[in-house]
Amino acid sequence: MTATAAPPPPAPLLEVEGITKAYPGVLANSDIAFAIRPGAVHALLGENGAGKSTLVKIVYGLVRPDAGRMRLLGAPYAPASPAAARAAGVAMVFQHFSLFEALTVAENVALGMERPPPLRRLAGRIRAVSAAYGLPLDPDRPVADLSAGERQRVEIVRCLLQEPRLLIMDEPTSVLTPQEVEILFGTLRRIAADGTAILYISHKLEEIILLCESATILRGGRVVAGCDPRRRSARELAELMVGRIVQPPARAAAPAGAPVLEVAGLSLPAAWPHGRALHDVRLAVRGGEILGIGGVAGNGQDELLAALSGERPGPAAAVRLDGRPIGALAPAARRMAGLATAPEERLGHAAAPDMTLTENTLLTAAGRERLVRHGLVGWRRAQGFAARIIAAFDVRTPGTEVAARALSGGNLQKFVIGREILQRPRALVVNQPTWGVDAAAAAAIRQALADLAGAGAAVVVISQDLDELMELAHRFAALNEGRLTPARPVEGLTVREIGLMLGGAHGMQAARPAAEGVPA
Amino acid sequence: MTLLAGIDPVAVAAALIVAATPILLAAIGELVTEKAGVLNLGVEGMMILGAVVGFAAAVATGSVLLGLAAAAAAGAALAGLFAVLVLGLLANQVATGLALTLFGLGLSALIGQGYIGVRPPPAGRLAVPGLSDLPVLGRLVFSHDVLVYTGVALVAGVWAFLRFSRAGLILRAVGESHDAAHALGFPVRRVRALAILFGGACAGLGGAHLSLVRVPQWTEGMTAGAGWIALALVVFASWRPWRVMLGAWLFGGIAVLQLNLQAAGVKIPVEYLAMSPYLVTILVLVIITADRPRAALHAPAALGRPFHAAG
Amino acid sequence: MIRLERRPAPSRFWTAATPLLAVALTMVAGGVMFAILGKDPVAAIRTIFWDPLFHPQYAAFSRPQLLVKAGPLILIATGLALGFRAGIWNIGAEGQYIAGAIAGAAVGLAFYPLEGWFVFPLMVVAGAFGGWAWAMIPALLKARFGTSEILVSLMLVYVADKIVAAMAVGALRNPDATGFPGSRNLARYPAAANPDLIAGSGLHWGGVAALLAVALVWLILARHRLGFEVRLAGLAPRAARFAGISPGRLTIVCLGLSGAFAGLAGLFEVAGPGGQIRIDFGSGYGFTAIIVAFLGRLHPAGIVLAGFLMALTYIGGEIAQFVIGLPAAAIQAFQGMLLFFLLGLDLAANYRLRRLRRAAP
Repeated sequence: MTATAAPPPPAPLLEVEGITKAYPGVLANSDIAFAIRPGAVHALLGENGAGKSTLVKIVYGLVRPDAGRMRLLGAPYAPASPAAARAAGVAMVFQHFSLFEALTVAENVALGMERPPPLRRLAGRIRAVSAAYGLPLDPDRPVADLSAGERQRVEIVRCLLQEPRLLIMDEPTSVLTPQEVEILFGTLRRIAADGTAILYISHKLEEIILLCESATILRGGRVVAGCDPRRRSARELAELMVGRIVQPPARAAAPAGAPVLEVAGLSLPAAWPHGRALHDVRLAVRGGEILGIGGVAGNGQDELLAALSGERPGPAAAVRLDGRPIGALAPAARRMAGLATAPEERLGHAAAPDMTLTENTLLTAAGRERLVRHGLVGWRRAQGFAARIIAAFDVRTPGTEVAARALSGGNLQKFVIGREILQRPRALVVNQPTWGVDAAAAAAIRQALADLAGAGAAVVVISQDLDELMELAHRFAALNEGRLTPARPVEGLTVREIGLMLGGAHGMQAARPAAEGVPA
Repeated sequence: MTLLAGIDPVAVAAALIVAATPILLAAIGELVTEKAGVLNLGVEGMMILGAVVGFAAAVATGSVLLGLAAAAAAGAALAGLFAVLVLGLLANQVATGLALTLFGLGLSALIGQGYIGVRPPPAGRLAVPGLSDLPVLGRLVFSHDVLVYTGVALVAGVWAFLRFSRAGLILRAVGESHDAAHALGFPVRRVRALAILFGGACAGLGGAHLSLVRVPQWTEGMTAGAGWIALALVVFASWRPWRVMLGAWLFGGIAVLQLNLQAAGVKIPVEYLAMSPYLVTILVLVIITADRPRAALHAPAALGRPFHAAG
Repeated sequence: MIRLERRPAPSRFWTAATPLLAVALTMVAGGVMFAILGKDPVAAIRTIFWDPLFHPQYAAFSRPQLLVKAGPLILIATGLALGFRAGIWNIGAEGQYIAGAIAGAAVGLAFYPLEGWFVFPLMVVAGAFGGWAWAMIPALLKARFGTSEILVSLMLVYVADKIVAAMAVGALRNPDATGFPGSRNLARYPAAANPDLIAGSGLHWGGVAALLAVALVWLILARHRLGFEVRLAGLAPRAARFAGISPGRLTIVCLGLSGAFAGLAGLFEVAGPGGQIRIDFGSGYGFTAIIVAFLGRLHPAGIVLAGFLMALTYIGGEIAQFVIGLPAAAIQAFQGMLLFFLLGLDLAANYRLRRLRRAAP
């Protein structure tokens, strides 16, 4: 066993021993062991796919382990359901919030409690708790109207109202701006100071060094180390987590020349009642250049991609490719013109899960690769193209006639990006190209994007991962409530400037002064 | 306008309330089912099965109330079959709903063979001394059968349940996002199964109102699309209980009006008058859905999506 | 503990095996139903599935009938299957079938008693147009306003039912048959009639049209871009929009095609075996075709087999009615059951059962 030895003085709050869980084809958790002290902030560190999610689902009673046991405050702990976990004093804030859009804040909080008081009394308690921890919330607002940061507050308040002994936070900062992260950390420290332990799941090293006093590092479903992250460097932690050093792609100097892809005055109404509208978006990307667009999820990323892919066409002049107005063209015609796109959601949007890789080439390559002629599908050509993508982008698959959903996230993403790049587009727009992708595949995808730009294409990368954008892009712009900031050269940008471009503390301007006095 | 001269407005209004009751019952049940995120297109099948089983049970026992109970049980039983297929075996909801309707029509015809031309026991009407004899109000409000009041009570009950009770809140949450509800540990499938059964029982009652009160006799295929109109009504009402009642009265009014026009001997062929409820349904659906964002505002977000808890 | 687990790809074996298993289970459950009705279940099943084909006395009559009934079922179901695959639910084929019959018959009757080679072809065109136009109502409302095509197409069945009744006693009534509702008998008007192509075979132009429809839809699904678009829209609607497929256009194409096929089926029926526009012209083919489409797994080849099987239950049911007194409605319930079993077993193609070890305490 390689787990941390629990520090002797205080008895551990939660002890985990020998937890093992297998899914068909994957050993998600293998003989996991660690312990958390009361009031500690304990990190669970690991890459995507390292087994963090499965482990916390086991602790929260959503998944039953195949083997192993847990003890909470010395007593055997084997929650059969989240309700049992909550009753035992374990609460969890999910990465993808388990909130109900159409219901109000108070109703959402009530749903997360075993015996909620009447809604009116609950509203009062929500106000009280949120004020105490610097998380202002209006209990009567529908969740659909809240920003990502505010939604997270609903989850946290919901947990705090139950006075938990252990609070699990699953990748809580992935949807926050740097300023919001600071506020969150202040809140978490206060919670821990009040005696509630926090199990903090993340793959972001700086955060863990800043916040946590102990860490368990997972790789491939096993514990590879336990340590005090405050005494380690980010580099040491990264090596433990990844197991090898990943090379960042080489970045060529920003080129000069006429813009290839231009967007001017692009506005788009919201597609559904709580959707996001785009307001007067402007951008220009030269050949050979990569423009990074940052922003917290839900600020118009999907809408911008839909406007560029042609799923939601607008006025012709709003989008120009090499000077030619293409803003009113349908998706197929835009692709023929040379503008390729890859949306965020791989399964169901960029690719059809139940179709084979061969069939999935037809989604975007039917025209440029001449896979369809006179209305008839050239299946052999399509298969050939799929095979070329698989070979060129090292897609791990038994063959071309495999359903897309059978591929791992990283391999499918390589296929999707490869499908666009092999068509030699003049411009490529990708949304969250490495979200939920393992490090090796992410590095390969970033390199491929850099190479495409190197070959003279204009590339737009929309991402929530600021590190990725800093590494890849020549210039940076931020999407904030459907508006795009002017782009600035990446060189010399500070974290604080980026945070302000992203909208500062989203919807937190109303926060009490206490929230602003939090140490960073 | 001389045409309408022969029509007594109070009689029409009273008849309207009665005519609205079958679709009101079926629609309020379907509303609950849909609020839980399940689209059951088998309303027509459950209604007609309720119509024939209720009729047969009432004839056999001589009691309309027992007939109604049997009808509700029959509707719920057929809905139970739907629940097993859709929740247990993850079958496609649209196709399974259609199967329910086709099967219900066949099975009801089979059960009803011996009952064609039979008269059911008379359904009792409310008779409150004094109140029922009031000039207009008496006929309008205080002289109906028990199911008319049941329908109104159900609307009020469903409204209060969805709005104020914890169970109602959980039901709405399940219909909004089954994954989030599951993550919180709510029994998604059990909630949905109960909602489906309630919907079936209501549809069965609605059918029995047709065969025991409104017509009252058994004929094959007598629901004649009422179940489908009830489905349309839920959309029309934007999933809000009181608007279901309003819509049911609108449709009841059209049905009564066209019957009165037929009786008054209008020079339009009977067939064209008889198709008016269906045409009005289409028209109303178009008007409601034309304003897409507003139509979607109250729709349960997980409506019709299958739920399979992974992991 | 046993739990369901999604297969990485649909099982080919179970995709093909489930319809057969569903038929077998329906026979068992149907047998129970027949037993409850006081009939010998084995005799009933044999009468329905065996006698129409091989009974020394009935087979000669019922074998051609098989083609007569299977033709319209296959023709309608092939059209429906295309839409169902795309998630476009035309459940009003019955109405389009009636509309096609009215339009086709009206054209034929308009020429009466003129003899000309062109009359029947014109009727075919009018029949297809009638069904297409009737289907365009839900299609356009769906494409333009997002109105549920399920509810609108179904409502239009009732409307078509009333219209055909009005026609039978009104505009299309046979002026020579005083007092009786119903149009002239087209079978007795050679230029408009759709007789057996080979006398006594049961094969009329409707059967030929069904075969052509099957071949056409097969080609579309296997090779044509439309077939790919239909499957993509059904499997992943958002990916379909990303690929540039307009949901509105697809709705119009699919509903239009299935409407035209149903209209053709109505026309061939009214000019052939049906003979005339009657008050009760709608015979339920449009609804049974939904079962046929699913039983055939939405694939043209499967639909051919399913169409014949369903025709067999119709004819066998008639024989059973007449020989052992099985109620006609029992067959309808029997067909409904078949669809239930089929949908329930569908699970096997996409999921598998796994036995789980109990979690350690």
